Amino acid sequence: MHMADALISPAVGGTMWAVTAGLTAYSAKKIGADLNERIVPLMGVLGAFVFAAQMINFTIPATGSSGHLGGGMILAMLLGPHAAFLTMASVLAVQALFFADGGLLALGCNIFNLGFFPCFVAYPFLCRRIVGANPSAGRILAGAMLSSIVALQLGAFAVVLETVASGISELPFTTFALLMQPIHLAIGVVEGLVTAAVITFVWSARPEVLHVAPGREAGRLPMKKVLVGLVAIAVLTGGVLSWFASTHPDGLEWSMLRTAGTEELSGHGSAAHAALAGIQEKIALLPDYGFRATPGGSGAGSREGESWPDINAGRSVAGIVGGGLTLLLAGVVGIVLRRAGQAGRSRPTPER
Amino acid sequence: MSHHIVELKNLEFAYADGTPALRGVSFRIVHGESVGLVGANGAGKSTLLLHLNGCLFPVGGTVQVGDYPLTRKNVDDVRRRVGMVFQDPDDQLFMPRVFDDVAFGPLNLGLPRDEVESRVHGALRQVGADHLAERPPYKISGGEKRAAAIATVLSMSPDILVMDEPSSGLDPLSRRQLIELLRRFRHTKIIATHDLDLVLDVCERTIVLNGGRVAADGPTAEIFRDEALLMANHLEKPLRMQPLAGC
Amino acid sequence: MSGAGQALGSLNGLDGLGRADAPALRVDPRAMIVTTFLFIAVVSSFDKYDLLGLLPLVLYPVSLMALGRVSFRRIARRLLVASPFAVMIGIFNPVFDGRIIAELGPLAVSGGWISFASILVKFLLTVSAALLLVEICGFDAVCFGLGKMGVPRVLVSQLLFLKRYIHVAADEAARMVRAHALRSFRRRGMSFRVFGSLCGQLLLRSLDRAQRIYNAMISRGFSGRIHLLRERSVRGGDILFASLWIGFFLLVRLYNIPLWIGTLVLGSLA
Ligand SMILES: Nc1ncnc2c1ncn2[C@@H]1O[C@H](COP(=O)(O)OP(=O)(O)O)[C@@H](O)[C@H]1O
Ligand SMILES: [Mg+2]
Repeated sequence: MHMADALISPAVGGTMWAVTAGLTAYSAKKIGADLNERIVPLMGVLGAFVFAAQMINFTIPATGSSGHLGGGMILAMLLGPHAAFLTMASVLAVQALFFADGGLLALGCNIFNLGFFPCFVAYPFLCRRIVGANPSAGRILAGAMLSSIVALQLGAFAVVLETVASGISELPFTTFALLMQPIHLAIGVVEGLVTAAVITFVWSARPEVLHVAPGREAGRLPMKKVLVGLVAIAVLTGGVLSWFASTHPDGLEWSMLRTAGTEELSGHGSAAHAALAGIQEKIALLPDYGFRATPGGSGAGSREGESWPDINAGRSVAGIVGGGLTLLLAGVVGIVLRRAGQAGRSRPTPER
Repeated sequence: MSHHIVELKNLEFAYADGTPALRGVSFRIVHGESVGLVGANGAGKSTLLLHLNGCLFPVGGTVQVGDYPLTRKNVDDVRRRVGMVFQDPDDQLFMPRVFDDVAFGPLNLGLPRDEVESRVHGALRQVGADHLAERPPYKISGGEKRAAAIATVLSMSPDILVMDEPSSGLDPLSRRQLIELLRRFRHTKIIATHDLDLVLDVCERTIVLNGGRVAADGPTAEIFRDEALLMANHLEKPLRMQPLAGC
Repeated sequence: MSGAGQALGSLNGLDGLGRADAPALRVDPRAMIVTTFLFIAVVSSFDKYDLLGLLPLVLYPVSLMALGRVSFRRIARRLLVASPFAVMIGIFNPVFDGRIIAELGPLAVSGGWISFASILVKFLLTVSAALLLVEICGFDAVCFGLGKMGVPRVLVSQLLFLKRYIHVAADEAARMVRAHALRSFRRRGMSFRVFGSLCGQLLLRSLDRAQRIYNAMISRGFSGRIHLLRERSVRGGDILFASLWIGFFLLVRLYNIPLWIGTLVLGSLA
């Protein structure tokens, strides 16, 4: 359920980046204040562990299909929320940069969906409370199961909200939600089982490594503060998200753009103002907004995209010819650059 | 120079799960000595080495390095004198490039940039690994990794070199190169290993550990001649000392 | 999510071509990061029906591949692995949006197909731009660049550690899976229970390794902060690189160049 760049608008992507950046800075500060330098190599190695574990496929009981680990809950149970969040962020960043999973604009969304919910919601509010200071196999199973399901449900729902708010996919909200939530219920059950199996194994061999282990009572003290902070963040992000969901698409206009809308322009008169508004309209980082509105358009901001409004065969042909030539041109430039690079590189360079 | 001594008095240690790993180890190593620490798997060699620079602290007894008894307060001074080369170079080379790994210690010492660079290049040259500086550690061979790992501690100019199984996982040629390298160092050396041939080449003194206790301590040649002692400690006479068939 | 699993082979290419010794294209990672982000922002800001206007942006990845001597296949393979989610979601567009918005002689094209195509093009552009960032600068340099741009140190060192130990962990996992496969003769993957203990084992080894690395770090004076000796100042060339590309992106964003070319060509033919 990695979000992809191609499916989100810059406004949604940017907002989620900002939220994620805030959470990252907060987590980094928390870890810095902990003075537990041991956590530095631990986070790195556990991030690599999640990667390696994701490469192993297992057979899902009773279905015959195969699945693999997500890892967010395991990280949270071993590292605690802040370090786990940063570790998850690093795993997702590497996936985006190397494996083309997701993308850079969507990275903020992905870190939020797959990192925030397990580390800052499911772990502190469910898992940690259920498993408690005296873990047992049963408690670990219950905690891991419930929190994995909740984390994945919230994550999947966030994917739906982010996609719908972006307005690039035509999937209606309810259809998409009905598609995503049940699938992720199943994934959550499997993730819960795997998490419980792995954590139980480690707990029986090395009980002291669990973040919820008995020796960690001290870590439970500032719970109230953490709670208040988390609720604040949740309310804030929830607010932002619902604002997007409820005001889309017209609400996505920036107020500046709204006041400079095409219809009102003639009334204002100023040529400079008109030119400026034209540019603003063209560079608006908001898909779905009627860019390049033509005189026949029904007005900016309406849901029916205006970028290709008039069915005009001549225009379409020109588009196809021009599009083909553009691609050809880009290809030629690429070949020329490559040739030039090779010719200019007569000096032998080391191959490794 | 008395401040290069290593002295253990009745050192005891047990792991968190209750495993007693050291049960009263005492010895004294003076400046310039090369000491081989041998013994079966689980004899406590690695555990002992971890006490020499404060990765572990004694449960009983004392450790003294130079003028400092090992305590949590002066552990930094102890670590500066003791260069520890761990068994798996992958644990020791954790930075993006070999250069960064060799510079890691000097930078932590707060040395100025020029000094750090000259130390890095000096250390790499000493182990014959100048050409590895820019390479990422996971892309070099086992022998090169070992050399780089040794360079990471040489750059801190330690008085005492401590190594855990330095020849494990090396092919014969890399192993030979390592032995030559170790013979050149003038440092006080403590080398834990199963490789008795290496001990024979590099160390004039040998300490045999068994079950967390010192089973023997003396000149290498003498100890390796005592077949009964070696047998009792799950060790085997170095190949070179075994009578060859037909000779 | 399955990308990582299938891309085990590409682990070897993890640090890209941007080695410090012989980069084909020498750009400061900060300039490259800024350019990449703006490119992605511009690409995704295009209207979903504006497939045509998007096309000139192809020039960016194409020239980077040429200048950086990155092979097309290297990028294409990873794009293929990652494409399912975008395709899966995008394929619904033709279903829900059947409004005809273009006609080509007898062929009527619905908005859904055009927006689906533009999702695919956007996917290709944004993801290849991200991959090229790392291919050209190298992962380490990108991390250092991020650090200099204000990303918290903990995260930067976390990224470097993660990359350093991916190989080690993947090797360990591969060895364990092989050992398991040799002893279990059913070829049908790994049972759930075995996976749990195998993963647990892998996790225990990782915890041990973390402890040993920590020992190695404190042995060399580590006290919570990783210092790095690597300075690179942004040069005029880097600023020029970024400004030229950003200028090009804005140009493409403001004017529908393909439409203009097409009209021009057709006009001169007539
Ligand atoms: N991290 C650990 N936790 C518990 N026991 C350990 C640990 N490391 C080593 N031991 C135990 O301590 C004893 C000594 O081990 P070690 O010092 O590694 O021996 P050697 O290096 O000589 O093979 C062994 O019995 C071993 O099982
Ligand atoms: Mg050992």
